[in-house]
Amino acid sequence: MERPLTEHIKQDGTPLSLKEYEAVGGYQGLRNALKVSPADVMNVVKDSKLRGRGGAGFPTGVKWSFVPMGDNAPSPKYIVANGDEMEPGTFKDRLLVEGNPHQLIEGMIISAYAIGASMSYIFLRWAYHEAAKRIQYALNEAYEAGYLGKNILGSPFSLEMDLHTSVGRYICGEETALLNALEGKRANPRNKPPFPQVSGLFGKPTIVNNVETFSNIPHILAKGAQWYISLSKSEGGGGTKLYGASGKVKRPAIWELPLGTTLGEVIEEHAGGMQDGYKLRGLLPGGASTDFLTPDQMNIKLDFEEVAKAGSRMGTGTIIVMDDKTCPVGMCLNLEQFFAQESCGWCTPCREGLPWTAKILLALEEGNGKPEDIDHLTFQTHYNAPGNTFCALAPGAMEPLQSALKHFREDFDEHIHTHRCKYQHG
Amino acid sequence: MVTAQVISNEARQEIEKLFHHLPHKQAACIDALKIVQKYNRWVSDEALQELAPILEMSVHEIDSVATFYNIIFRRPVGRHVILLCNSVSCWIMGYEEIKKALKDKLKIDFGMTTKDDRFTFLPIPCLGTCDHAPAMIIDEDLYRDLKPDQLDEILAKYE
Ligand SMILES: Cc1cc2nc3c(=O)[nH]c(=O)nc-3n(C[C@H](O)[C@H](O)[C@H](O)COP(=O)(O)O)c2cc1C
Ligand code: SF4
Ligand code: FES
Repeated sequence: MERPLTEHIKQDGTPLSLKEYEAVGGYQGLRNALKVSPADVMNVVKDSKLRGRGGAGFPTGVKWSFVPMGDNAPSPKYIVANGDEMEPGTFKDRLLVEGNPHQLIEGMIISAYAIGASMSYIFLRWAYHEAAKRIQYALNEAYEAGYLGKNILGSPFSLEMDLHTSVGRYICGEETALLNALEGKRANPRNKPPFPQVSGLFGKPTIVNNVETFSNIPHILAKGAQWYISLSKSEGGGGTKLYGASGKVKRPAIWELPLGTTLGEVIEEHAGGMQDGYKLRGLLPGGASTDFLTPDQMNIKLDFEEVAKAGSRMGTGTIIVMDDKTCPVGMCLNLEQFFAQESCGWCTPCREGLPWTAKILLALEEGNGKPEDIDHLTFQTHYNAPGNTFCALAPGAMEPLQSALKHFREDFDEHIHTHRCKYQHG
Repeated sequence: MVTAQVISNEARQEIEKLFHHLPHKQAACIDALKIVQKYNRWVSDEALQELAPILEMSVHEIDSVATFYNIIFRRPVGRHVILLCNSVSCWIMGYEEIKKALKDKLKIDFGMTTKDDRFTFLPIPCLGTCDHAPAMIIDEDLYRDLKPDQLDEILAKYE
């Protein structure tokens, strides 16, 4: 089984230097790209069926094709790597930026060539202090070796790249909010359209892709679209995917596996199953803003279509496991407190609705729940549904709650009727 | 009248360097706040007043940016800041226990600073190390797979 993104990441936790990266084929994808036209690069990426790894799964090559090209296109154009990764339970991009920063940089350079960008930013989560040092070091190496700066590898193509470390707010991960943060403003999302591909950073054409998405690009250019498609077990997309698991499993971690690996294989084989004394009760398949799946759904393939069919979203592919000794109501409370705190406050359903939701859940946990609270919570899941809010934060916040009300309703009822949470000790 | 300058010349120079690649000075706002905080530990009202002309922004505009973000501190903090992750995976893996142990040891709750100014104790959303929960950051150092009996040794590293 091939693992192009992670196979060279070192076990001792140190990052690949430029020399080490080059020795395993690094920057070969860039050399191939510079030999053909930007349109050819875009077509290879389209043909590879690479889909965005930031959560929504949008086809990457298609996204790029919306950027205005040609001599009359606005300039400068920008490439931005989204390394905000603040969704609770998500820790996959950390592995890539700590272990192999050159892979990300190379992917961004190739992407910049494809859309004709001359400036690029890596937007990194504030907490990744070690990654920030490693990226900065790798950027210096890349400039020195002529992979960045003027006339890259002797070609007419030039690109600058800078690291921006965030100051922490979940909404910064939303791509238009991220652009506001990069402009030094409050990170409120922007109206779409215009889409960033047309009018993004400082009003110029901008492509925002996830760190994992960019990290795939060098391999696609080095080995071709057909090879990339053959890595996947999914009809809907090519390549491998970083899957992860946290919670009370035996071996919580990240694994690079074929896209479309089954949920059961990830949990049983890779995560080693549940810790002794714990049973699987449910799980969020792709981060905090995805619907709960249940133990009878272990056969589903983790890809964009199948997880959606099963009533959830693949999201980031990092699974949060809920065991039988963890309270589903308490878990929803924890999640909704996070979303309420991180709401940017721009639109009413989210700004008012999320704190109210958290308050009701807190009352349930403290034994002060009332029968009508179930209706209030259900109302919130509709009030904050897609289409009613300015961005996807609030609808995402409702996904774990609406599915918990469906799958773990008896726990909500029990909290209300017994005026206590039976999971709390002492 | 001469008033004391809270943003040092050194910090000013570092801020000026940010303008280099940017279409306008406001774009450097967040990085400038980070620089002020690096030198002063937190961002005071006086610092905002001094930043305003440097960034060509109003004090109010800068404050609306400063208060938006989680790790720009608009109140004084101690010599070391403990950021304990309170998000879902850490919560499942024993965050409550770590929080209680830290509260007992420091004799303060979230949002407070110890009397000797040594530690400020704050909750923080997910640190992206959920496979090693529970986790916390002190200053820039990450601690993972926390157990209550390790805390004394960890805290002792910070004067
Ligand atoms: C509230 C919110 C938070 C998000 N956080 C992230 C994030 O941390 N990283 C990320 O890559 N995408 C995040 N996204 C998705 C981005 O808006 C965007 O779709 C993505 O960066 C596009 O990259 P991709 O096409 O490569 O997936 C977030 C979206 C929302 C609504
Ligand atoms: S849904 Fe929430 S985060 Fe998104 S714009 Fe509205 S208030 Fe802001
Ligand atoms: S939930 Fe604590 S590190 Fe992710």
